[in-house]
Amino acid sequence: MTATVKATVTVMLKTGVLDPQGEAVKSALGALGFDGVSGVRQGKVIELDLAAGTTEAEVTAMCEKLLANTVIESYRVEMGA
Amino acid sequence: MKAAVLVFPGSNCDRDLAVAFRAAGFDTTMVWHKDGALPEGVDIVGVPGGFSYGDYLRCGAIAAQSPVMRAVADHAARGGPVLGICNGFQVLCETRLLPGALMRNSGLKFVCKMQQLRVVTAESPFTAGYAAGQDITLPIAHHDGNYVADAETLAMLRGEDRIALRYLGNPNGSVGDIAGVLSANRRVLGLMPHPERVVDPAQGGTDGVALFRALAEGLVAA
Repeated sequence: MTATVKATVTVMLKTGVLDPQGEAVKSALGALGFDGVSGVRQGKVIELDLAAGTTEAEVTAMCEKLLANTVIESYRVEMGA
Repeated sequence: MKAAVLVFPGSNCDRDLAVAFRAAGFDTTMVWHKDGALPEGVDIVGVPGGFSYGDYLRCGAIAAQSPVMRAVADHAARGGPVLGICNGFQVLCETRLLPGALMRNSGLKFVCKMQQLRVVTAESPFTAGYAAGQDITLPIAHHDGNYVADAETLAMLRGEDRIALRYLGNPNGSVGDIAGVLSANRRVLGLMPHPERVVDPAQGGTDGVALFRALAEGLVAA
């Protein structure tokens, strides 16, 4: 079996960009009686199985080119997670 | 006069757009997303509405990486006109042929209705058939039409008169009520409303006719 390395990419809307889905989740939590939820932001987690030796820089390039739209989204890369 | 209409898996306004181009006098060819080149002598490219690739990852994100979009980017770089409607607007933003991005509607609901709009500028091959300040009615049908751009980009769009259309009564939360924007050379237009759905009285409206007619007349003149 070929050795692989895992990477986890977390994509979130940038701070300051209104997140209508997060707002809807927040109000639904309030409706369920969960008081004190002052903010909800919804994003996505992308798990990658990569060839051994793939660098964080390569994963960053994937984020810049496809996985995130940097006009509205920020991303975080964790290698080997 | 030749038009090309792109077809992605999940496009669903491609044939409507072809009908509108043909009615305006364009010899119109459908182009599959895997084609790496546009047909010889294409004057204008239409990127249609729909749900390309099921809106996976982000609306338009996967379509933006398709072989045909590289050909469209080359066409645009040569000054060729490109019209992106609804999902086509999302694709053009994802390819960075247009600035900004389209997010989930602020009300979270899919919005499908006739929408009043104001033509902001007539200075483009797409809007030359309208008067600046003219109010028109076009259908909208989208879930992710909430136009977002940073303050710097918005100032640039305003300063360069690149906002083509604004909503009268904002249906989706778009910043500045923006419904359509032009590229720096004014030859690429992206808009959420569907002019191709109102080109015949049988469709319940004809406010889209002037857009396709202006394109045809502009290309004949050129």
